[in-house]
Amino acid sequence: MTEPVLSVENLSVRIAGLHILQGVSFEVAPTGVTVLLGRNGVGKTTTLRAIVGLTPRNGEVRGTVRMGAQSLLARPTHRLVRDGLGYVPEDRCVFAALTVTENLRLAERRGTTPAYDKVYALFPELDRRGRQRAGSLSGGQQQMLAIGRVLLNDNRLLLVDEPTKGLAPKVVTEVAEVLERVAESVPVLLVEQNLAVVRRLAKDAVVLSAGRVAWTGDAQDLLLETALTKSLLGVGSEVPVSARSEPGLRAPQSRTKGGSA
Amino acid sequence: MSTVILLTLTGLGLAALYFLVASGLSLVFGLADVLNFAHGLFLGVGAYATWWAAGNLPGAGADGLGFVVAVVFGVLAGSAVAVLVELVLIRPLYSRTIEQVLVTVGLSLAGVALLQATWGADARPFPRPGWTRDVTSVLGAQVPNAGLLLIVAAAVVLGALLAFLRFTRYGLIIRAGVENREMVTALGIDVRKAFTLVFAIGGAAAALAGALGSVYFGTVSPGQGGSLLIFAFIVVVIGGMGSVVGSAYAAVAVGLLQQFVNYYGTSGLGDLCVVGLLAVVLLLRPQGLAGKVAHA
Repeated sequence: MTEPVLSVENLSVRIAGLHILQGVSFEVAPTGVTVLLGRNGVGKTTTLRAIVGLTPRNGEVRGTVRMGAQSLLARPTHRLVRDGLGYVPEDRCVFAALTVTENLRLAERRGTTPAYDKVYALFPELDRRGRQRAGSLSGGQQQMLAIGRVLLNDNRLLLVDEPTKGLAPKVVTEVAEVLERVAESVPVLLVEQNLAVVRRLAKDAVVLSAGRVAWTGDAQDLLLETALTKSLLGVGSEVPVSARSEPGLRAPQSRTKGGSA
Repeated sequence: MSTVILLTLTGLGLAALYFLVASGLSLVFGLADVLNFAHGLFLGVGAYATWWAAGNLPGAGADGLGFVVAVVFGVLAGSAVAVLVELVLIRPLYSRTIEQVLVTVGLSLAGVALLQATWGADARPFPRPGWTRDVTSVLGAQVPNAGLLLIVAAAVVLGALLAFLRFTRYGLIIRAGVENREMVTALGIDVRKAFTLVFAIGGAAAALAGALGSVYFGTVSPGQGGSLLIFAFIVVVIGGMGSVVGSAYAAVAVGLLQQFVNYYGTSGLGDLCVVGLLAVVLLLRPQGLAGKVAHA
C-alpha cells in the first residue's frame, strides 16, 4: 500500500466538557478525494479543525496526526498551512470587508509565486470581480474565493469542509467540477453531506458516528449499500448513477438546525 | 461668530487628542480582542520621555528642531514600552480576558506610581516652543497654536494610518484580522506579529498624544493618561471597535459636544452629555458607527 499523506491515530477532542471525538483513527490516501461522512454533530468539522490546529482554546486534543513524517498537533496553524496543509472552512469565511483581490493577496506566501493563472482559469469570475467586496458576492462566488485562496499555493493536502453547503444546484456542479480537477494534483480530505457530490468525487470514505469511526473503505461501495448508508448516515443513497454528472441533485436527507459539528 | 469658530477649533483640538489615544486602542481591541487599560501609560511615557529628552538628550531641546527630536524620542519610548508590554504581559494572556483586564489595570496603576515616585506627583511645566503659546486669528477667533498643532498632527496620523492599512501587506493583515483572526492564521499568516505591530503603532500614537497634549496644557503630570483614557474608551465604543475612521468621527463628535455644552451650559455638563451620547449609540447601534463587519 502507498504511504498515506495523512494519518490520524486515536484522535480525541474534548471541548467545554463534551467528548466530541473519542479515539478517531483513519488515513488519507496520497491521491484523490477521501470523504469524511456522518450525521450532523458527529464531529466531522471538529476533526478537520483539530488537524489544522483550530480547536478552541478551551478544548483539549489528544492523539497523533501525521502528514508524512511530520507530527502536526503541537504546531501552530500558520506553520501547518505554510508547510502545505490547505484549509477551506465551513461557511467559506471570506473577509467580507476586503475586495476579492485583497482576499487572494492575503493568501500569498513569501518566497513563492502565487498561481493566479491557475485560480483565474478555474474561477474566471474572481478575475472579473477583483475590485468587488467579498461580502457582496453570492454564496457560490464566496465559495469559489475560499477555494481559490488555497489554490494560490502548492499544497500537500487540502482539507475542505462542506463546500456545497447552501449552494444552488448549478453552483454545486461547478464546485464539484473544480474539486475534481484539483484532486488530480493534490489529495483532498472532504467533509460533504451531498451524496451526489460524494458519489462523483470520493475514492475513499471514513464514516464517523458518535465521535468514533464507524466505517472506512471504498466510497463507491458504501454508496451502493443502501441499507448500510441508511444506518450510518441516516439517509438513503438512492442517487442514480447517472447523477454522477449532476451533483446538484441532493440525496434526500434530514438536516438538523445548526449544521455539522 | 468668532466664539463658535473658537469653540469648534478648540473642540477639534480636544478631538485630535482623543483620536490619537483612541485609534491605537481601537486597533488593539479590534484585532487582538485586548481591552488595554494600560494604554494611558503609553501616553504618560511619551509625555515624560519628551519632557526628559528636551532637557537632557543631546540634540534635543524645547524649541525648533530640538523639540522635534524630543518628541520623536518620546514617541519611540512610548512605542517601545507598548511592544514590551505586548510581548511580556499580553502575549501569554491572549483569549484570557479577565486576566488581561487585571494585568493592564494593574500595570496602569503601577506605571502612574512609578512616574510619581521618579518625578513627583505634582504637574511640571512642559518645555514647548514659543510659537505654541501664541494664538492665530482664524475668521476673527483667536485660536491657540497648540490646539492647531494637535489638529494637524491628528490629521497626519489619520492619513498615515489609513495609507498603512490600505496599501501595505501588514495593513491588509490587520484589516482581515479585525474581521476574522482565526481565518488569517488559516491562510498561513502569523497573526501575533500583527498584534505586536498594532501595539507599537498604538503606543506611538498615544505617546504623541502625551507629548502634544502636554504642549497644549503646558504641563506634564503622572495621571493625565488615565483621565484621557476614559474619553478615549468612549470614543472607541462610539466609533466601533477596530475602525480608525470610526474613531476619527467619534472623536470629533465627542470633542465638539464636550466643548460646546461646557461653554453654553454648565461646566462639566459636556462630560455628562458625552456619556449620554455613548448610551444612545449603544442602544441604537451597539457595534458603533463603523464597527466590525464580522466577528472572529
